[in-house]
Parts: sequence; C-alpha cells; structure tokens
Amino acid sequence: MQPINRMKIEFDSKSTNEAFARVVVAAFAAQLDPTLEDLADLKTAVSEAVTNAIIHGYEQKPGTIYMECILYPDRITVIVEDHGVGIEDIEKARTPAFTTKPELERSGMGFSVMESFVDSLQIESEKGKGTRVIMTKKFLRG
Amino acid sequence: MTLDITFKHENQVLTIYLKGELDHHAVSKIKDTIDLQLVRAPVKKLVLDLGEVSFMDSSGIGLIVGRYNRIRSLGGTMAIKNPGGNLLKILKMSGIDKLMKIS
Repeated sequence: MQPINRMKIEFDSKSTNEAFARVVVAAFAAQLDPTLEDLADLKTAVSEAVTNAIIHGYEQKPGTIYMECILYPDRITVIVEDHGVGIEDIEKARTPAFTTKPELERSGMGFSVMESFVDSLQIESEKGKGTRVIMTKKFLRG
Repeated sequence: MTLDITFKHENQVLTIYLKGELDHHAVSKIKDTIDLQLVRAPVKKLVLDLGEVSFMDSSGIGLIVGRYNRIRSLGGTMAIKNPGGNLLKILKMSGIDKLMKIS
C-alpha cells in the first residue's frame, strides 16, 4: 500500500518533549479520522518509545530523537530513533516487568504497553549505535 | 504540559488528587512531593484519585508501584479512584488491579 502522507521531526531528548511528541503524532494521525480510543492508544505507545529513548537510549544526557510518521489510508507507522547506547538484549527488554533501572522506579512495562497498544512493534538496536522502534497502528474509522 | 497535585489528609487517610498528564516528565516532578507527605504525619491509607488525569503511560505505573511499596513498608494500604477508560486499560494490563482496590 502506498503512503498518503509523511512527516519527520527531530527534537532534544528532554522529558518535556514526551508530551510534545505524542501530541504531534496525534495531530498528524487525526487526518485518518481515528476513534478517540485508537488515538489514545497511539499516544501512549509513542510516549513509551520517546521516554525509553530519553531514559535508556541517552541515559538522560543530551541527545537527539528522530521521529518519522508515515500515513497509509487505514494505518500509521511511527518510527522513533535514538543514537544512544543501544539495547544489550532486546528479548530481555521486551519481557514484562524487566527493567535495567529499578532505582528510577521504572516499571519495566514500556515495551509491553507498546505491544498491547499498537498492532505491530519492531525493535532494532545495536550496542553503542542506538535504537529504532517501528510501530504500526491500524485505525477503525471514527 | 503540567500536572497539578493536591492533598487531603483526614483521619490518617491521605488522598492525592492529580490533574493533567501523568508521564515520566510529570512523575519525576511529583514523586518526592508525595513521599514527603507520607512521612509528615501518620498515614494508614493512601488514596490516589486519577479522575482528572487525561493521560498515563508506564511511568505512572512505576509511580504507583513505588508508592505502594512505600506505604506498605509503613504498614498502610493503598487504593486508586476514578481512573478513566484508557487509564483503566493500562492499570489492568500491568496487574495493578491485583495489588490494590480500584474504584
């Protein structure tokens, strides 16, 4: 299926940008007239991916987060990328309640939430190079 | 985006009212404020009212589980009130509903 619209942005890995990122994606996705519930699910998944990039990818140090959205007639694909430390073991990271940062009271539910709230989730990561999260959410028309 | 927080302390029940969006940014700002309230005066029960929270991700789960562990170590209990549709979904998928009462 051919994309009908695309956008790309980059922003600093600051926690204030978590809300910015999810609002931007929701505004872009609104073109497909999704239900409020689907939009809320998408915002939650985007928030998780951006938070992961800030806390884990860049370990709360300065960095740049790259976000791309591709719209299809019935779905949106969102790509969130960082050039941070990368994930040591992706399978382990996807395990519910697994966290490398318990001291920060991280629940370890980030990837589980993403998996539940979008239709497909792909994680690519290389140690020392960074992480790319690709998620796709299908929309029932609202 | 801001998250407003207000407290009501009555008969050793501390009720926390949150208003706004509960993400990692907001959680990092309110965690210490809540913990300070827990040690200021005796608390037997901690109630988190999410009625005015319009968004929550897994950072909110971390905040809730962290406060649950803290109030338990002080010999108290915890409950959650008024979570909206999307919040309820994330609370259930993370198993919070098995740890405490949600109403």
